[in-house]
Amino acid sequence: MLRDYMGVILLNEDESNIRSLTLNRPIASIPIFGRYRVIDFVLSNMVNSGITNVGIFVERNSRSLVDHIGTGKPWDLNRKIDGLFIFNHTLKRLVQEDVNAFKYNMEYFFRSKKEKVVLSRSRMICNINLEEIAQEHERSGADVTIVYKKVNNDEMFLNCEVLNIENGKVIGVGKNLGMGDTINVSMEIFFMSKEFLIQAIYKCMQEGICSSVMEYVYKHVRNHDVRVYEFKGYLGCINSVSSYYKVSMDFLNQDVMQELCSKNGNIYTKSYDSPPTKYLNGCSITNSIIASGSIIKGLVSNSIIGRRVIIEEGAEVIDSIVFSRCIIGKNVKLKNVILDKNVIIEDDKVLIGDNKYPIVIEKGSRIHL
Amino acid sequence: MRKKEIIAMVLAGGQGTRLKSLTKNNAKPAVPFGGKYRIIDFVLSNCANSDIDTVGVLTQYQPLILNAHIGIGMTWDLDRKFGGVRILPPYQHEAGGNWYKGTADAIYQNMNYIDYYNPEYVLVLSGDHIYKMDYNLMLDYHKEKNADCTIAVIEVPIEEASRFGIMNTHEDGRIYEFEEKPKKPKSNLASMGIYIFNWNKLKHFLKEDQKDPTSSNDFGKNVIPRMLKEGAKLYAYKFEGYWKDVGTVESYWEANMDLLKEDCQLDLYEGVSKIYAVDYSLPPQYIGPEAAVENSMIVDGCTVYGEVRNSIISRGVFIGKNAVVKDSVILQDAKIEDGAVVLKSIVGNGARIREGVTVGNGKEIVLIPEKKDVKENILEG
Repeated sequence: MLRDYMGVILLNEDESNIRSLTLNRPIASIPIFGRYRVIDFVLSNMVNSGITNVGIFVERNSRSLVDHIGTGKPWDLNRKIDGLFIFNHTLKRLVQEDVNAFKYNMEYFFRSKKEKVVLSRSRMICNINLEEIAQEHERSGADVTIVYKKVNNDEMFLNCEVLNIENGKVIGVGKNLGMGDTINVSMEIFFMSKEFLIQAIYKCMQEGICSSVMEYVYKHVRNHDVRVYEFKGYLGCINSVSSYYKVSMDFLNQDVMQELCSKNGNIYTKSYDSPPTKYLNGCSITNSIIASGSIIKGLVSNSIIGRRVIIEEGAEVIDSIVFSRCIIGKNVKLKNVILDKNVIIEDDKVLIGDNKYPIVIEKGSRIHL
Repeated sequence: MRKKEIIAMVLAGGQGTRLKSLTKNNAKPAVPFGGKYRIIDFVLSNCANSDIDTVGVLTQYQPLILNAHIGIGMTWDLDRKFGGVRILPPYQHEAGGNWYKGTADAIYQNMNYIDYYNPEYVLVLSGDHIYKMDYNLMLDYHKEKNADCTIAVIEVPIEEASRFGIMNTHEDGRIYEFEEKPKKPKSNLASMGIYIFNWNKLKHFLKEDQKDPTSSNDFGKNVIPRMLKEGAKLYAYKFEGYWKDVGTVESYWEANMDLLKEDCQLDLYEGVSKIYAVDYSLPPQYIGPEAAVENSMIVDGCTVYGEVRNSIISRGVFIGKNAVVKDSVILQDAKIEDGAVVLKSIVGNGARIREGVTVGNGKEIVLIPEKKDVKENILEG
């Protein structure tokens, strides 16, 4: 158990290719897989590894995130000793500058008795055993250990950081422009001592070369002992609408779903006390994920349906993702569509997107003929 | 001193023998119901939705699962500083200790608990009924009638009335007679086992009842008749809506099937007064490529590859390829393997129906006990 670690989650993530889903929320609180939010994975991974102190640094648009996380109860983080800390959820100028966010909250680091830190973002979706990596990190004596995965270079990891590795050490870090067949993509999970983190923050502030701690590590791999740990499980990255869609469709594969939801511990999320899902006469469901509380009379195929969704008779939902509380009217046809929360599609409407670039309907829209 | 206007006492100690193996290791209020609930969730959620924040739960028989389920009451917002949910088992005191003899005795033995909150009214509930009710409306009625005790009643078909405790009332709702399972019922108002008492009055009658060595210390049999005899003001509060006492395997199965009816009066889907249930952090349900699901309820953590019709499937259940589940209630973590057939059955939690095995005949209900490994056909209950 990682008793000596604090978890730090940085949520100033690049939203430029996923705007339509982040109008009201950060990437971290985008609903995913019917009943989860993106941040549930990193939070649960940390908690399942025994971390009991988690600080979340978030910038604008945090209402949805703060509502989701609450006091941290679903993750057992509502504690007297340690527990959950949410910082700067109203600070407006944080974009890409987490050092700024740290600067005002150094006391959080000084006060904690924990000596080591796991630093992470939320957009990398995986179920990972952090204990193993911590052991490896401590055995190697490295300043920083970065978790990476060797992946086939597809669009999912565009613009992610790529590690240039030699003998287990990082010798350079670049950006993935889509070149090369396989790449070592950084999973944005860093193990380091608290002391290293504090020094890095001070250096960023004083030298003004870097505005984020991750960037500092990436730029100074030659000055410090920066090593890697290879992750071999499933990895999805939420950095664009099409990668979000890809990861969601991957989840329909039962092996991926089982791994993500339970391999190293369950994924916890806020409970909404939804009733069971009701399947009525005449409905037809194939290869789909359905969260609870929905009422289904129509056809659902290769799709992910969130909580309390109503799908009327004659409707067809194919290769689509429906967030919670949507209403899909009679004889509606949806294919390759993502409906954000509370969308109403009135009877007989037809929406068809592309299987790589699905149509996104914004939260609360009402689509009629 | 701080006090409460009303507190609830939930009777949850019954064994429920007629539920057979469903209550072998479990108290009746903790029997799973409707896919994701346990029976007591309904009463506790009703309390939460009626702003009753102090609830004593009287336990006696096999309380382990029930205690774990209730915990500190967080699920129902009953984790409070002053009040909240409290589990009240029988205990030892100076003069020794006794099991709860009857429903009234259970309340009598916990007078200290009630006095601690010094309430105006005490609401006595049964932990094993399925219904949704706003107790505030009943309390308003109780105050309006200036009653000593108000008993909720529901109209039942007169031909069935002799199965219930029947209240005979005057036109204004005042009860003049209570008949337990009358042969020739005079009215069709059945007691729902829901009482509001003025605490001072109840205390008096509980003490009187204890003095009578022949009493079986039961509300229906002893306390209510005594109150009537001594001229206390008892009123009947007519409840309209769904209400079911799941006393037998048959009624348990029926109540589950009621949820699947198009015109079911028990609306679990309206968002105002939800029924709250413990969340187990399971993944969403997966319905496979060749599955066929119709007129059924399925919850988180289920994996369905086969055919499911007119059935309730609880959390974590697996239904294999070409398996058929019809008119059945499958409890949590049961496994129906490929090609197995389950007809009009209740499959206990963790049970395993092996590949190709048939359970049930579609006519009478077959009950498979929890964790049973079924390797051969079981065609009769």
